[in-house]
Amino acid sequence: MGKRVLLIEDEPNIIEAISFILSRDGWTVHTHEDGTSAMDKVLTLPPDMIILDVMLPGRSGFDILRDLRDNDLTRQTPVMMLTARGQDKDRDLAMRLGASLFMTKPFSNSEVRDHVRSLMEA
Amino acid sequence: MSSQSLAGSRIREKRLDRGLRQAAVAETVGISPSYLNLIEHNRRRIGGKLLADLARVLEVDTALLADGVDSETLDQMRGAAAAIAGTAEVERTEELAARYPGWGALIAAQARRITALEEKSRVLTDRIAYDPQLAGSLHEVISAVSAIRSSASILVGPEDLDQDWQRRFHQNIYNDSLRLADSSEALIAYLEAPEAVLEQSGSPFEAVESYLGQSGFHIAALEHGADPATVLSDAGLQGAAETVLSQILHSYAADAAALPLAAFEKACRKHHYDPATIAQSTGVSLAMVMRRMAQLPPDQGHPPMGLVICDAAGALIFVKSVPGFSMPRSGGACPLWPLFGALSRPHQPIRLQVEMPAPNATRFLCFALAEPIGPAAFDAPPALQSMMLVLPDAPETDTAPHLVGLSCRICARMQCPSRREPALEGISEQAEL
Repeated sequence: MGKRVLLIEDEPNIIEAISFILSRDGWTVHTHEDGTSAMDKVLTLPPDMIILDVMLPGRSGFDILRDLRDNDLTRQTPVMMLTARGQDKDRDLAMRLGASLFMTKPFSNSEVRDHVRSLMEA
Repeated sequence: MSSQSLAGSRIREKRLDRGLRQAAVAETVGISPSYLNLIEHNRRRIGGKLLADLARVLEVDTALLADGVDSETLDQMRGAAAAIAGTAEVERTEELAARYPGWGALIAAQARRITALEEKSRVLTDRIAYDPQLAGSLHEVISAVSAIRSSASILVGPEDLDQDWQRRFHQNIYNDSLRLADSSEALIAYLEAPEAVLEQSGSPFEAVESYLGQSGFHIAALEHGADPATVLSDAGLQGAAETVLSQILHSYAADAAALPLAAFEKACRKHHYDPATIAQSTGVSLAMVMRRMAQLPPDQGHPPMGLVICDAAGALIFVKSVPGFSMPRSGGACPLWPLFGALSRPHQPIRLQVEMPAPNATRFLCFALAEPIGPAAFDAPPALQSMMLVLPDAPETDTAPHLVGLSCRICARMQCPSRREPALEGISEQAEL
């Protein structure tokens, strides 16, 4: 069984596409669509890596990232931020809060696959 | 009213600017104080030798009195110089306006236009950066594009896909394309209609004051019991300005009902426009008297009266200026005004004579009062509002006046401990005159 990737994203068709790509690459993909209960999902799994959208219903991806870095269990878990907002200030904030990578939409599938590979192998 | 017919107002303005008593000026030019008073209130036309004599006494160009440059225009011209720090001879602003009134008006108009455009630019920048509707629309478009790109890449990629997966991704692309079409259409509609946003870009307070200024802040219809809603409808303001005006009109109507104009005018004259005595004699609150004094009809021989109201943060939310005491909307007013001092002493009326900086050193009598607004609540700080009534022609007293200014950029008090920014270069020279 492959390492677990948790995709926290609220767009169903993006979820399906990323899940398909990563599954075919050998990863076990779990998904979650809600920001409010995202931390519960993380702590229940817990995943080897997280792909985290910024704009989520209920709670911002930045807030979730802050909690991830404050928790001993998830402090070291690689987190790739995914956002439609590519502004420098968002990128800076994500990196300051401890994101491992910051990727803007629209993205290419190979980009997603390569980044996940590099973070998992790091 | 024509430019010529307002010569009296300009004479009064210049006399107050120079700090001269009405009686003294009248005596110098050989007329009675009461006749000068009629002239100053535009109830007698003036020209020829008398106009020239008054211009000489007031040390201004005759054309300036005849054709006029109001203090607002002068302030705007100085503001234009302040906005572009450079070599403009700020101390000669009045001379320029008097010699070339058309150019003066043009500079002032362009300064107003630049301010308005900067405000529009700020609104549009804020809109792009922070408008949740725009951010939501863009997010929707980018999300749909991302999903389409990912699904399409999978379909054309090297991976073998069974028919079920192919069908699912085709369906996803179709669904996302519909979503993209809708969200693009909404986004274009939103971007093509910025006028509604820009219409709201000017300060609603300025729009309201502009409307009220047309009638000298006196609304005859409300004095005769008209419904504020009807007056509001006739005013034709929209959006935030309409909301602000509605509050003012309802307050005005309530004040006018409690303190009818005829009796109030009589009380004002009898008590020499002293708000405290008028409040005592009429049995209404001091705040109401102060508001009513600023609503007196401009053509009945009452002295001009300014009124300014600020919130607890010191933001000016109502401004009625008087000659020589213009109240800046942008750049911040003088923190030494009794208006702001009253905020730290709620319920305690302040009566203070203030003096503007040299060379004019004009004195004004100010009455300030801060009071809570809205219903009282336990364990919550009161929402305060402060108001200040400004009367020119302050009587001579033995007490030294409180030294104030208009705004730091055009204030000559270089050593003022309350100064928040340096003054214009020309202003400092003016102080030494």
